[in-house]
Amino acid sequence: MSVKRDSFSVSITVGAYGVAFGAAAVADHFTILQACLLSLLTFSGASQFAVVGVVGAGGGAINAIATSTLLGTRNALYGMRMAPLLKVQGWKRAAAAHVTIDESTGVALAQSHDDDARQGFWRTGIGVFLFWNIFTLLGAIGAKAMGNPAAWGLDAAVPAAFLGLLWPRLKARNTWALMAAAIVLSLVLTPGLPAGLPIISCAVLAIAIGWRE
Amino acid sequence: MSTQWIAVIGASVLAYALKYVGSTIPESWLAQPRVQRINSLTPIALLSALVATQTLAEKTKLVIDHRAAGVAVAIAALIAKAPFPVVVLSAAITSALVFHFH
Repeated sequence: MSVKRDSFSVSITVGAYGVAFGAAAVADHFTILQACLLSLLTFSGASQFAVVGVVGAGGGAINAIATSTLLGTRNALYGMRMAPLLKVQGWKRAAAAHVTIDESTGVALAQSHDDDARQGFWRTGIGVFLFWNIFTLLGAIGAKAMGNPAAWGLDAAVPAAFLGLLWPRLKARNTWALMAAAIVLSLVLTPGLPAGLPIISCAVLAIAIGWRE
Repeated sequence: MSTQWIAVIGASVLAYALKYVGSTIPESWLAQPRVQRINSLTPIALLSALVATQTLAEKTKLVIDHRAAGVAVAIAALIAKAPFPVVVLSAAITSALVFHFH
């Protein structure tokens, strides 16, 4: 797999889902400016959906920020994973931090050479940032005209993209076991916990499996 | 200031803080094999959970809908060693078709 092609595919696919975010934000009574600022500044899809979803459901600002931040903690783990690979300082470090998200980390970790990993991280991070913000604006403006993003298959394309990123990492037997455990745990926890907690809870599984052996 | 503005600013500040703090955790912490193992397993756990919840969860409810059909086709495409764009596009097309004709 070529790193350029991977990065571009992920960027356009995930970026296009920004339409859904822009539309969701406007539907939940955020202004177009607020929707765009969330995509520019928060720049973490799940966290952004949490913000507009919780506020839209009447959950209040504190709940919205807490849920969003909980969803964003995995980016800190990604940052820790990427730092020794990227080896950047100063403004580049500040920029790298901003584009440290599921997709950039996922594409980087799917590469077998460090050079490709670094390229994948930057290309995907910047690519998703560009497309995500463009499509957020389009989605916010065209929310009514575009209609439901599910009609375009975008809501299945995103988990499929995550799966495509996950697949090459599933080599050793313990990684398959971890995947199965994470799927079961996140689904079991979904009905009982606020959105975001079922995902972050699965970090415990990685610790449990990585601790021994 | 409105709820929306507080949420936008608060979420943005904390989101960036988390991203930056993660990248400043000392490299020496990562030199330990145990930390290395946990660190390389963490994205697998979180990505798996994301796939599962984005496919089967609707807020706090579990549902099997057009998305599951799309992801099932994506799995088949991955097993058949299809290239990444094919995996994603086949999922999107399947999901959209099920959505429209279900």
